[in-house]
Amino acid sequence: MITLENLTKVFETPSGPIVAADHVNMEVKEGEICVLLGPSGCGKTTALKMINRLIPHTSGKVFINGKDTDDYNDTELRRSIGYVIQQIGLFPNMTIEENICVVPQLLGWDMGKARTRAAELLEMVALDPAVFLKRYPKELSGGQQQRVGVVRALAADPPVMLMDEPFGAIDPINREIIQDEFLKMQATLRKTIMFVSHDIDEAVKMGDKVAIFRAGKLEQFDSPDDILAHPVNDFIADFVGTDRTLKRLRLVKVRDAVDTTVPTVSKQDTLEKAGSLMTEHDKEYAVVLDRDARPVAYVLRGTAEAQRGSVADHHVPLTARANAEADLRTAVSEMFTHDITWLPCVESNGKYVGCVTQNGITHVLGETYRRGGEH
Amino acid sequence: MFGQSRFAQVFPLILAFLAGMGIQATGLVGDIVSYSSDIVYLVQQHLLLVAVSGSLAILFGVPLGVWLSRPAMRGYSESIMQTLNVGTTIPTLALLALSMSFLGIGFLPSIFGLFVASLLPIVRNAYAGLLAVPPYLKESATGMGMKAWQILLRVELPNALFVIFAGIRTALAINVGTAALAFLIGGGGLGELIFTGIDLMDTGMLLAGAVPTALLAVLVDFVVGQCQLRLVPRGVNPLR
Ligand SMILES: Nc1ncnc2c1ncn2[C@@H]1O[C@H](COP(=O)(O)OP(=O)(O)OP(=O)(O)O)[C@@H](O)[C@H]1O
Ligand SMILES: [Mg+2]
Repeated sequence: MITLENLTKVFETPSGPIVAADHVNMEVKEGEICVLLGPSGCGKTTALKMINRLIPHTSGKVFINGKDTDDYNDTELRRSIGYVIQQIGLFPNMTIEENICVVPQLLGWDMGKARTRAAELLEMVALDPAVFLKRYPKELSGGQQQRVGVVRALAADPPVMLMDEPFGAIDPINREIIQDEFLKMQATLRKTIMFVSHDIDEAVKMGDKVAIFRAGKLEQFDSPDDILAHPVNDFIADFVGTDRTLKRLRLVKVRDAVDTTVPTVSKQDTLEKAGSLMTEHDKEYAVVLDRDARPVAYVLRGTAEAQRGSVADHHVPLTARANAEADLRTAVSEMFTHDITWLPCVESNGKYVGCVTQNGITHVLGETYRRGGEH
Repeated sequence: MFGQSRFAQVFPLILAFLAGMGIQATGLVGDIVSYSSDIVYLVQQHLLLVAVSGSLAILFGVPLGVWLSRPAMRGYSESIMQTLNVGTTIPTLALLALSMSFLGIGFLPSIFGLFVASLLPIVRNAYAGLLAVPPYLKESATGMGMKAWQILLRVELPNALFVIFAGIRTALAINVGTAALAFLIGGGGLGELIFTGIDLMDTGMLLAGAVPTALLAVLVDFVVGQCQLRLVPRGVNPLR
């Protein structure tokens, strides 16, 4: 847990004092990622560096797991906090292995143990230790260096990590990949992380909480969904963008928006049965499942009412399906691609879960607005 | 790049070889060889001058450069470097003369003069090399919990090492050449053959001093170059 209490930084400059952090109060719970977000110069980096005292604070307090960081000495504090800087900062004179072993060595680990750890960590980010341990940073691609930078900060297994735009220096495609990798790692590691970003999409994706700063002041500290759905003022609304509702599509999983009341039939069923099910549930279509409960086709209510015979003779094959674990953005994109208004939704093993519809999505996104309207 | 530097090392040898053929044609080789016992003795003396003054220059110059590059010195280091730069404009012969006027003649003033002449490139490169280490590397190191001396030893010096070696290389090249002047203030060395040869208008004697001096310069440069190639970590060594 990281707690900032009235944390304030005033830089005395020849042209007068600059307030880079103004009585910042916030708390990041154990195992959560908090993204510090805001325009350039708003004080994100300053706030971050006051936590490991790379920048001494003017007033206020920083607590890590309830302990005042002023009670530690600088090096002791820093060795217990993982730190990743935007420029990656791998030491060019050291091999990847030596880079990863820096903090364990400073902590006096046995070299054998540190080396094993380095190999383990490289494997975690899909870099073959046999290939990469003995290489130098200049012999790695940008994306590989960035992975090593993150892994190096994890070397001594610190409970807390500070990351200053860790995926900044990389192209958008690889950035997405590394972000996904990192989230997967975080799901098991459960570190408490302060993460600086200037990209709202990254913040929404990575953060359990998002803190938006303006000129040293913390303007809003909320979950990504609340930031997008309920910006507290015009500055935040502007900052997150006019398409903020669309951004929320990424935050909701298909599973959380499925309609499970759509009737299902098998190919052997009669159209009559299908029709009565649809009437009963007031739906315009029914999903046809195979013997393994996988959706393969659908029948329309109009067809069922006008024709006779079995479902097998009158079904329409499916063109697309959505994975229950995918986000709504993916589902909506699929719908637009195939020019349809609903999608059957499946588990990763192909089994049917329910249907996701444009109406259903609108409803899910609208829920928080209705909630917001109440208070 | 490698091939090119290798060529640069071999090129003077080829020149020397061709010059040697020319000299042989005029019968001067015989003259030079007749000084062989002098040459052996004076080469040792010459090398001693270079080794002692060069080592002292490295021993003082690198720490001086390190000291000037420390943040605490920020306010003064630039003006000190400027002063040192002005120092480099003093001709080496004048430097030796000054050294003699303080310390008399012989080995000691020669060492001192050579030491001062080779100090400057070493300090300058150590200082510039350390300042050129990107600030984010130091920040990264500090953020990981390294102490100032650990950052110096494990990050700053290794990253500046190539540039520091370049300074040492320049310094020793100057040193070998300047050591020939040490004879003028009683320091001995191959200058003895060169200057006496000039005085007596004895080309054989002159070359008996000049050719070994040239070869020595090439040799010293080669040795330092090899050190630079092998001692600077691969990650920060443009030659590897
Ligand atoms: N050492 C310093 N001396 C004086 N002012 C500083 C110093 N460091 C930062 N500042 C000022 O403090 C403010 C906050 O800077 P900070 O680096 O925290 O911004 P940031 O939010 O990280 O911006 P960016 O997104 O551009 O990295 C800026 O106005 C900056 O000019
Ligand atoms: Mg910043």
